[in-house]
Amino acid sequence: MDRVDKIRGPISVLNRSDVDTDQIIPKQFLKRVERTGFGQYLFYDWAKEPGWDLDPNEILVTGRNFGCGSSREHAPWALQDYGFKALVAPSFADIFYSNCTKIGMLPVPLPEEEVEALMAAQEAEIDLEAEVVRFSGREVPFEIDPDLRHRLLNGLDDIGITLQSGEALERYEAERERAGPVTTAL
Amino acid sequence: MAAEPTTLFDKIWAAHEVEPGLLYIDLHLVHEVTSPQAFDALRIAGRKVRRPDRTLATADHNVPTDGSSRAAQILDQLSRVQVETLERNCAEFGVPIYSLGSERQGIVHVIGPELGVTQPGMTIVCGDSHTATHGAMGALAFGIGTSEVEHVLATQTLRQTRPRSMRISYGGELGFGVTAKDLILGTIGQIGVEGGVGYAIEYAGEAIEALSMEGRFTVCNMTIEAGGRSGVIAPDATTFEYLAGRLAAPDPLPVEEWSELRTDPEARFDREVEVDAGALSPQVTWGTTPGMVAGVSDSVPDPRTPGEERALEYMALEAGTPIEEIALDRVFIGSCTNSRIGDLRAAAAMVRGRRVASSVEAMVVPGSANVKIQAEREGLDEVFRRAGFDWRSAGCSMCLGMNPDILAPGERCASTSNRNFEGRQGRGGRSHLVSPEMAAAAAIEGRFVDIRDWEPARGPEPVGAR
Repeated sequence: MDRVDKIRGPISVLNRSDVDTDQIIPKQFLKRVERTGFGQYLFYDWAKEPGWDLDPNEILVTGRNFGCGSSREHAPWALQDYGFKALVAPSFADIFYSNCTKIGMLPVPLPEEEVEALMAAQEAEIDLEAEVVRFSGREVPFEIDPDLRHRLLNGLDDIGITLQSGEALERYEAERERAGPVTTAL
Repeated sequence: MAAEPTTLFDKIWAAHEVEPGLLYIDLHLVHEVTSPQAFDALRIAGRKVRRPDRTLATADHNVPTDGSSRAAQILDQLSRVQVETLERNCAEFGVPIYSLGSERQGIVHVIGPELGVTQPGMTIVCGDSHTATHGAMGALAFGIGTSEVEHVLATQTLRQTRPRSMRISYGGELGFGVTAKDLILGTIGQIGVEGGVGYAIEYAGEAIEALSMEGRFTVCNMTIEAGGRSGVIAPDATTFEYLAGRLAAPDPLPVEEWSELRTDPEARFDREVEVDAGALSPQVTWGTTPGMVAGVSDSVPDPRTPGEERALEYMALEAGTPIEEIALDRVFIGSCTNSRIGDLRAAAAMVRGRRVASSVEAMVVPGSANVKIQAEREGLDEVFRRAGFDWRSAGCSMCLGMNPDILAPGERCASTSNRNFEGRQGRGGRSHLVSPEMAAAAAIEGRFVDIRDWEPARGPEPVGAR
């Protein structure tokens, strides 16, 4: 995973709320067994609407509850493949937020009025180290889990980190693992 | 000193923390759409599936419902490749799989409980947002993305930030004709599609306790539609009765241990919500999120936001139109929300001895091969067929339209599924979410009807009915 640090430049705006992952990447494109090449299908149906205009800048600013619905990671894959490196919104759906962080795309929650102000700006700088968004000569702080921030700043791989806890995991399985259905024995 | 009072969620979380923030996963359910890239990554990294014995796969999202019994029969090439890829990955990594043709195949959230692999107190994950369904049995269950699928395959654990806690308490009892589906749709209408974001939800109260196991699955299933990742219900006699005798269920059931899986009376939640179950009526969604919902005797409301305006335009509805005047082209009874045997029995009871309106094309898609077999044993397939329904084989089908079962642009559908997003059931399609009973009655009348004062004709009881 690439390291995330400062993301700076012109912004793209999609001023809609409750954008679900079915819109971000419709189901007909989930049949691919690869992880790449989804950007061309981003917002496939909406992109055909007259007046649709979404430049592939590095920062997308959008409405509340972005990424709701299906858990498809194809949605973050498509956004990232299209060119976005950070997403700013008043709120994100839980699974979508988590999925973004797994591929090194930064979701940034800001208060609704700040998102509106940002939409009116032309460009912004997102500084993960400092946990702020800079635009229109201002600096607005945002929140992120410290472990997650550390992982993104250093481009660390989750599985690699967990495998370092191999001993704890083995101890858990030996001492505390719950008796349960053995799927291979059914 | 007495132990700090804890919630059901707290208890399951604590029992599974390998170290802070690292949760052990008791059961990982896998399907064809969100797993191929995860298996690929394992292969590239030279990693194995750590616990195939705690992993179970099925093919559901993509599969045709025409009775095809082998992946090779799938006409759509991409779908065929995806199902074949799942079969090959499972063979290579030693993961048990129930694919097309297996009597155990079906929608992943239907077969887990049905086979008894879903049990109280477990942690269960799947690369599907409706995994919360399994929470109905007192398990901590939630949907994950493909990177997390890979993480669980490789380590049998997940890194998780602890969510806040919310309890939704239901007072009163559901009225005649008002179902678990109406209860959860009404709840989403009340708290909004963002109301549960960041929370682990517990459903409680007398109306929840009174629900059948299947009704509880329906409620927990739609937790994600309120923004919540997990929704749990404390296990009780209803849960134990459902589990007893199932394939993977322990014998005898550890009832005493499982009965301790409940929230302590003094435990505190970050947010408490109360819903008056007695005040709910049959619900019908009118817009493009599950929160855009109204009672069947109400009218399409005036839009309050740009999103609602856009939704009405997409749905081709005008504010003020009575819900009962909305005419339908299609009816879909199925999905992980409402495709279990109880759902099919309830729908069949509405259509017995009646005919689907000539303007409507209606289909029933059982949630699993097992549900199909059971329904046919009871003669429900004949009830549906005689009424003019298309009787299909198990799969996700028109809930998300990844297989050939889709709406044509502009078609309007009464659907027992969980999402009415734009294009969800087919590009340009218009979906209204309802209960199986409401969908069945709508199929007969060709429009929505209030089933509380709609008297279905009484035919003979089906053969083999319990």
